[in-house]
Amino acid sequence: MAVITYREALNQALAEEMERDDSVFLMGEEVAEYDGAYKVSKGLLDQFGERRVVDSPISELGFAGLGVGAAMVGLRPIIEFMTFNFSILALDQVLNSAAKMLYMSGGQISCPMVFRGPTGAALQLSAQHSQACEIWYVHAPGIKVVTPATPADAKGLLKASIRDNDPVAFMEGELLYNLKGEVPDPDDGDFIIPLGVADLKREGEHISIITHGKMVHVALQAASKLEKDGIEADVLDLRTLRPLDVDAILATVRKTNRAVYLEEGWPWGGVGSQIVSIIQDEAFDDLDAPVVRVTQADVPMPYAKNLEQIAKPSVDRVIAACNRVLYRNS
Amino acid sequence: MTFPPSPPLPDESHARALLRSMILIRRFEEKCAELYTRQKIRGFLHLYIGEEAVAAGSLPVLEPRDSVVATYREHGQALARGVPATTIMAEMYGRKEGCARGRGGSMHIFDAETRFYGGNAIVAGGLPLAAGLALAAQMKGEDRVTACYFGDGAMAEGEFHESMNLAALWDLPLLFCCENNLYAMGTALAIAHAETDLALRATSYGMPAWAVDGMDVLAVEDATRRAVQSIRAGGGPHFLEFRTYRFRPHSMFDPELYRSREEVSEWKKRDPIPLLADRMRQAGMLDDDALAALESEVTAEVEEAVTFAEEGSWEPVEELTRFVHSETGGAP
Repeated sequence: MAVITYREALNQALAEEMERDDSVFLMGEEVAEYDGAYKVSKGLLDQFGERRVVDSPISELGFAGLGVGAAMVGLRPIIEFMTFNFSILALDQVLNSAAKMLYMSGGQISCPMVFRGPTGAALQLSAQHSQACEIWYVHAPGIKVVTPATPADAKGLLKASIRDNDPVAFMEGELLYNLKGEVPDPDDGDFIIPLGVADLKREGEHISIITHGKMVHVALQAASKLEKDGIEADVLDLRTLRPLDVDAILATVRKTNRAVYLEEGWPWGGVGSQIVSIIQDEAFDDLDAPVVRVTQADVPMPYAKNLEQIAKPSVDRVIAACNRVLYRNS
Repeated sequence: MTFPPSPPLPDESHARALLRSMILIRRFEEKCAELYTRQKIRGFLHLYIGEEAVAAGSLPVLEPRDSVVATYREHGQALARGVPATTIMAEMYGRKEGCARGRGGSMHIFDAETRFYGGNAIVAGGLPLAAGLALAAQMKGEDRVTACYFGDGAMAEGEFHESMNLAALWDLPLLFCCENNLYAMGTALAIAHAETDLALRATSYGMPAWAVDGMDVLAVEDATRRAVQSIRAGGGPHFLEFRTYRFRPHSMFDPELYRSREEVSEWKKRDPIPLLADRMRQAGMLDDDALAALESEVTAEVEEAVTFAEEGSWEPVEELTRFVHSETGGAP
């Protein structure tokens, strides 16, 4: 095991997969000469050359579509969005081409490719640079959605995503890039985490906090505070939203009988809406209380620090939600 | 606009092949219209009738190793590329034997065998894909040209601009085939474009571009040959504006309020099929018997396609979710 940052873990995954398979290439804004806007692709241009690390002009729709076209004939493009906020410009190619190609061609043409970059809010970047984009992607059948929370997950899941034969939206966290954590050493063999397997990041018996991506850390902090009050929480990190580990969700709910869904996105049509629906379909009789969701406030993200803080899901709001589900006075 | 003089007639067998290809598209689509009114074909159906010279003249210039991307008005390109009429018709019937197993319909004809990559029903949506196919060829060092068909309407889209810029910037082996039929659905060119000289606009990206008489199959073939030769020689992307005309409504639900009957009949005087057939007659390459023989050959092919579709089966409903994801795992 080595302790490295989330950024380094992603960089290792890219380098290892590009080394392993000549059909893998990276394309996006500032990925080559600049080493990536967040330095995730640092050194890759030197290592792999300009054919495989391609700087694109600011044409999200265009280069996303070029990636789809290249994937249709067997290459494995990794399309970096500087942030997923900008990927909204590319959604026609993601949703209408990549996600549907295999189906509408009757199984003839697949799109093995990864769209990756940071999603969600950072700090005081305001409305157009602070949105959790998972829901745009997870809504459409045909595309897989991966949201790693730790350096190890980032590496193992990115390697699996690059090898997957379907399009994958791989959504990182801007505030996670400097996060350090243990990652298996490359010399110990290929480290792959299969898509569709959730991870219980903390075990408890009283309540389940189910979440994904950067919010895993908020959930863990909330769980630590709750522990001081004698409340032990399961923290289930879904890791991939499609495919979804329904069994893991049901297992934790059946264990604790109480659940909170925590996500960074807006409440309307949120990821949590689907999770809550699954829980009430499959585990209604196991519940001792209605499931509560914690989301961003239903507003575009404001700039002012005080407003931003209250708009984002926070440890305090998670604790309040847990108390509500536990019928406990805080 | 005046075009250069039409190229000379090729030899008889080649001229006959061009004529046959155009007649096949025409008769196939007339049959589609009939089957639509009989409710055998449903969904949206966009007919190519009037524009046959573009597909028939340009596609045979490509090699089997080349790739093709088209729009939702793509029966003509699919047939001229060699996608079997049987599987195209079966697809329109929604049959399991259709080229996309009934998941695509008229607007999504795909055939990996002939490298026919759709069938794209988002205006201009095929352009970045085509540029991606060309990029892949360039990256792999393969000698493949990609031909991308789109209409004048696509040139108002952002995807057009992004694809043109990227293709020119990276010298991609890509042929942009703009089928300018003067109307984007019911919106005339002048209502949609500040600059209506489309080839002129294309040159602003730094790529060779010129307008071609899209009703003259020989002019289409000649222009395509020159462009493809230049692309293969490393000349980067080229743009051809085929000036053509759609004789039929935009789709099966179009009362054609935006154009006059006089305009349509004026264009029909330049119907690409008689245009070639008359020249062949004058050159002694075609007579009534030969034309009748050709027509019956084509009719038989269309009838075979209809029979194939009629006798086809439905995909079992248990297969509804098949092909949402790949059936094989990740790369080894």
